[in-house]
Amino acid sequence: MNKPESKPKTGAPAPVRTMDIVNKGLARRYRRERRFKAIGLIAIIASLTFLSVLFISIGSKGYTAFEQTMIQLDVHLDSEKIDKDNLAVANYLGMVRTALKKSFPEVTTRRDKRKLYRLVSTGASYDLQDFVEKNRHEIGNTISIWVPADDDVDMLIKGHIRRDVPQDQRRMNDMQVSWVEHLEDQDRIKTQFNTTFFTGGDSREPELAGIWGAACGSFYTLVVTLALSFPIGVAAAVYLEEFAPTNKWTDIIEVNINNLAAVPSIVFGLLGLAVFLNFFGLPRSAPLVGGLVLTLMTLPTIIIASRAALKSVPPSIREAALGVGASKTQMVTHHVLPLALPGMLTGTIIGMAQALGETAPLLMIGMVAFIVDIPGGFTDPSTVLPVQIFLWADSPERAFLEKTSAAIMVLLAFLVTMNALAIFLRKKFERRW
Amino acid sequence: MKKAIVFVTALAAVVTLGLSNVCAGSRDYVSIVGSSTVYPFATVVAEQLGKTTSYKTPKIESTGSGGGHKLFGAGVGVQHPDITNSSRRIKKSELEKDIKNGVTEVVEVKVGYDGIVVANSKKASNLKLTRKDLFLALAKDVPVAGQEGKTQPNPNKTWKDVNPSLPAVKIEVLGPPPTSGTRDAFVELAMEGGAKKIGWIKALKKKDKSAYKALCHTVREDGAYIEAGENDNLIVQKLEANPDALGIFGFSFLDQNTDKIQGSFIDGVAPTFDAIADGSYPVSRALYFYVKKAHVDTIPGMKAYLAEFTSEKAFGAEGYLTDKGLIPMPKAERDKYRMVVKNLTPLKLSDL
Repeated sequence: MNKPESKPKTGAPAPVRTMDIVNKGLARRYRRERRFKAIGLIAIIASLTFLSVLFISIGSKGYTAFEQTMIQLDVHLDSEKIDKDNLAVANYLGMVRTALKKSFPEVTTRRDKRKLYRLVSTGASYDLQDFVEKNRHEIGNTISIWVPADDDVDMLIKGHIRRDVPQDQRRMNDMQVSWVEHLEDQDRIKTQFNTTFFTGGDSREPELAGIWGAACGSFYTLVVTLALSFPIGVAAAVYLEEFAPTNKWTDIIEVNINNLAAVPSIVFGLLGLAVFLNFFGLPRSAPLVGGLVLTLMTLPTIIIASRAALKSVPPSIREAALGVGASKTQMVTHHVLPLALPGMLTGTIIGMAQALGETAPLLMIGMVAFIVDIPGGFTDPSTVLPVQIFLWADSPERAFLEKTSAAIMVLLAFLVTMNALAIFLRKKFERRW
Repeated sequence: MKKAIVFVTALAAVVTLGLSNVCAGSRDYVSIVGSSTVYPFATVVAEQLGKTTSYKTPKIESTGSGGGHKLFGAGVGVQHPDITNSSRRIKKSELEKDIKNGVTEVVEVKVGYDGIVVANSKKASNLKLTRKDLFLALAKDVPVAGQEGKTQPNPNKTWKDVNPSLPAVKIEVLGPPPTSGTRDAFVELAMEGGAKKIGWIKALKKKDKSAYKALCHTVREDGAYIEAGENDNLIVQKLEANPDALGIFGFSFLDQNTDKIQGSFIDGVAPTFDAIADGSYPVSRALYFYVKKAHVDTIPGMKAYLAEFTSEKAFGAEGYLTDKGLIPMPKAERDKYRMVVKNLTPLKLSDL
């Protein structure tokens, strides 16, 4: 570069050296490279920003759902009102209400009493019943028990209902707020970890609603999906990759499998409705049918991933096996399949994660439903986690907003775990050739 | 590998076991389908039943009124639903189809009323609308002023164009899509109600019913009416972000969000609980559910569910459903439907 140029001969134009051309374009090429890198970086930063905005907005809205406001009541367990031989028939709701009335003797009108009763959740009477069943010796005494507060009180305590606005602009009037403040002064209000959210089924009362029912439904559905799609998917991939002749038919099958992977999932739901429900007469809203439909949806993903895993096993392994006299089946089951299995499992887990987050096909087969009882088997009516999120997002009660976000967090946690497991399996068992 | 095979076989066995259970063919819970508007109320009753009795909690699917009637009328038997919720009355054609499919005895139960509100953000001023304003603002074709019988594509851009007493704010209404029962009811009660105020359109109803319907029921498609999906919570959030926009949804969402949004006056009446209950608020509709009589004795919990829903503590004037936003019926009507449920009086084609 710094070399002085040799003097050009008279008349003839200087010969252009390659180095000069390179040098001339060098600055531009560096610029271009920097620009290219910057674009890539911006793309990553943008997607990370979107992701963090999503996480922050969900997290900030949802973290309060993991806590539940409780109210302490002094309930008199009147031995005359509770039949010791049949605890279930006693009027527990009445006892809770009497306790409330005792705390606020100044409330007398019927209208105000109704408002007062609404401070505690309708679930309070079930909690009281549980307590009495476990502590029979307390009958006749006055006990102090923490019961869940109503969702409006919960929202007030958590600050989602503002106290500093005029009363016609919020759901609780000044009198109700003063009751809550009175209870707060007496230290009769606390927030504690919301176990109901993890152990309960769906409910129309936000303070009693939980995700356990939906989680069980998701579990049964995924078991069916896994049990069907993994063996079928792997068998299809092995046949196509190792045994099938290459001809027009296998080409058509391949195109169709790739096509099927891109079909919108609602189409599988329609298929499920027509075939499993209407033709085979399987029950609506059952995890069994949901699993069958999701199997159809995840099959192409698993087949494609499994074929890729089989392709990555070097031909020398196959040739060596065949060379020492193994049959084709022995070659596949003893050598190729074990080597390809980590890749197949990764594909399967990703397919399962996809199935876990799916709602559209389940709409058609009746799994978008209000189900309170925890499903106990493959044919019990049930719903799944993403459907539960959808149903809560559509509920008018303000408190369901935080439940929705909290349920999204739980679903995301499952998805992250599954994807992390896929990466772990790949890292641990993957072999490079 | 062998372990994997054993595992897969075990799973397959579990699935087959599940399948064989299905074929037993009985159901010990009530299956309910239908309107998403009745869903929030029916679910509360179902939950109450599940918690206070030994029956299983009924299963409730939100399929929309039309979808519900379709599933309900498919036949008699455990694979078909027992009850369908509806945010409108059953159509004659639907009942005819039910009877054709063997569902000969259908019991109609009215549960209460629901108001449809037009609301905007609290940051903006409260609007005083009439049904005629809503028709002129949202119909696809509107009458040409002064020329009877002539229509033109809706030229109104701001509310002031519709009615000089309204502010000069762009017409922007977020509402449900055509598949929604709320949309059906809004179009029928608010828009058709408003169109009827114009003399020649009212006369048109007798002359040419289909032209009348097309004029009253077609919503404009030039962007002034924005289909915001079935999720009413989403509409509430969008209204908060855009104070100029109006939203259309059920009363219960206004009731839950009084700190963020306000309901517009319609024909001089504000959408309050009392105004809807006494019928003075014009845009309100009745909610129903329909019961398959043939299932009442075969499915456990049916009678208990019907009794719970029609009890005074549920759909009564101060029942728990009113806490959820249901507008109760007058006492006489409640008593009437309680008797209908008690005697299971089926609906006749001539009633419709």
